[in-house]
Amino acid sequence: MLILTCPCCGVTAEETEFHGGGEAHIKRFGPGSSDEDFHGYLFEKVNPKGVHFERWRHANGCGKWFHAARCTVTLEVFGTYSAQTTEPPQDIKDKISAKRPGWSWREFA
Amino acid sequence: MKRYSAFAVAREALRYHMGWDRAWASPEPKKKYDVIIVGAGGHGLATAYYLGKNFGITNVAVLEKGWLGGGNTGRNTTIIRSNYLQDSSAAIYEKARGLYETLSQDLNYNIMYSPRGVMMLAQTQHEVRGYERTAHANALQGVATEFISPNRVKELVPIINIDGPRYPVLGALWQPRGGTARHDAVAWGYARACSAMGMDIIQKCEVTGISREGSKVTGVTTNRGDIACDKLGIVVAGHSGHLADMAGFRLPIESVALQALVSEPIKPCMDVVVMANTVHGYMSQSDKGEMVIGGGADGYNNYTQRGSFHHVEETVRALVETFPMISRLKMLRQWGGIVDMTGDRSPILSKTPVEGVFINCGWGTGGFKSIPGSGWGFAELMAKGHSPLTAEFNLDRFKEGRFIDESVAAGVAH
Ligand SMILES: Cc1cc2nc3c(=O)[nH]c(=O)nc-3n(C[C@H](O)[C@H](O)[C@H](O)COP(=O)(O)OP(=O)(O)OC[C@H]3O[C@@H](n4cnc5c(N)ncnc54)[C@H](O)[C@@H]3O)c2cc1C
Ligand SMILES: [Zn+2]
Repeated sequence: MLILTCPCCGVTAEETEFHGGGEAHIKRFGPGSSDEDFHGYLFEKVNPKGVHFERWRHANGCGKWFHAARCTVTLEVFGTYSAQTTEPPQDIKDKISAKRPGWSWREFA
Repeated sequence: MKRYSAFAVAREALRYHMGWDRAWASPEPKKKYDVIIVGAGGHGLATAYYLGKNFGITNVAVLEKGWLGGGNTGRNTTIIRSNYLQDSSAAIYEKARGLYETLSQDLNYNIMYSPRGVMMLAQTQHEVRGYERTAHANALQGVATEFISPNRVKELVPIINIDGPRYPVLGALWQPRGGTARHDAVAWGYARACSAMGMDIIQKCEVTGISREGSKVTGVTTNRGDIACDKLGIVVAGHSGHLADMAGFRLPIESVALQALVSEPIKPCMDVVVMANTVHGYMSQSDKGEMVIGGGADGYNNYTQRGSFHHVEETVRALVETFPMISRLKMLRQWGGIVDMTGDRSPILSKTPVEGVFINCGWGTGGFKSIPGSGWGFAELMAKGHSPLTAEFNLDRFKEGRFIDESVAAGVAH
């Protein structure tokens, strides 16, 4: 059972209040982009064994989207943060580095 | 390999069962193989078996990080059916189901195939239309299924409640030759036959890296040393993304937990497999009398082989409404496996961007039923570079927008 804290309304609740929305920080490619980029954007997942960044929605609460940094091997949650960003904030990255030295995820580390 | 037979059982009974051989050998890895298969689940072992049997390629190693059959092959609810909507799916699943019919004889190992019939309940108008369509498609594909009435459902499954208040049973898609088999035995039977052909099954051997020269694979790094190969087959289910990372390409796959549970054993009460996809639960009765139960997958990426409790609760809630008599049953065990989900809920059997590396994955929540057919086709692909059974399931189908969409067709995929 995952326990997440919604950064939008501050409520801490178990996962049944939330709905997972898949990989976060995906860069969009639309009309005019190459087939490769469009394919990568639509289909290729990072699916890491370890540090992962995801979108979640506080579905049975305030209804808002946010981001979570999680470990897919231990289910530990490193932290949650606003979705109004293209990159995880420094304090979240620091928290992860303290626990998983040498981690990387797509172009972040 | 000494053959198993009634005579052998009698002979061993007379000498205190001291004469049984080990079913497969545990060799040290060699320096080099023609083919290395990563993952000794059903699909990896079946691939090795058909490489040897159909193509005479026996300088093969199957590398397994844990114990053979310890992945999803030993964790599933063993439903076998081939009533899929799309032609390419029906072809590979029906090939597999057909091979299951005589697999015990072919392997000289009792895999306990039990074609007891699989029933998929239609509990909404949408599902009725969907399954009628599938039954028509199956007729054209040569897969024997039919759409049956609620009364026939009740006849076949007396313990079912067909007029539940919320989701009454409106009919069902019925495949009389679908059923179950003993999952461990499928892995063990293939392993024994591979070992008898001189292949090396190496357990506790984790692949940690994939080496290449230019764009071509040269071998793997493992916790038991480097091993060279000409061709590499990656058949690791939930860990496919992880292995693809090592080889340097990405997959359209996410790994999530899928759970199952069994009840205490009770007297025989249901001799078919029932799946209720709208309410998300399915159930069959094992030979030991346990009710074997499964439901939907968890909702986020996970590598822990443990799922969330509320999914168990959802499944059980749905089944208690469908089968009121199970409400007092105690559950004995619950477990999870990591399943590899693709967007169109169809597998990937394909060459990859790395020359000599082939991948067989994406079977997700429903690949036990396909083990023999998948091994058959994937062995052909690895040996000859092309197989009619696997052609449509290549990696490029996503880029080309050629999905084999079974998610609309099944709802739940087991
Ligand atoms: C709870 C549950 C219920 C299911 N119910 C059904 C059902 O009723 N019917 C059905 O058809 N299907 C069902 N499935 C799906 C089915 O179990 C799988 O699709 C199928 O078993 C996959 O087989 P496999 O050989 O590809 O994978 P696995 O059996 O998982 O084998 C992969 C192997 O690769 C090994 N491996 C991973 N990484 C490495 C590495 N780095 N080095 C070496 N080895 C490695 C693993 O240890 C594992 O043994 C279910 C699955 C689950 C979890
Ligand atoms: Zn909130």
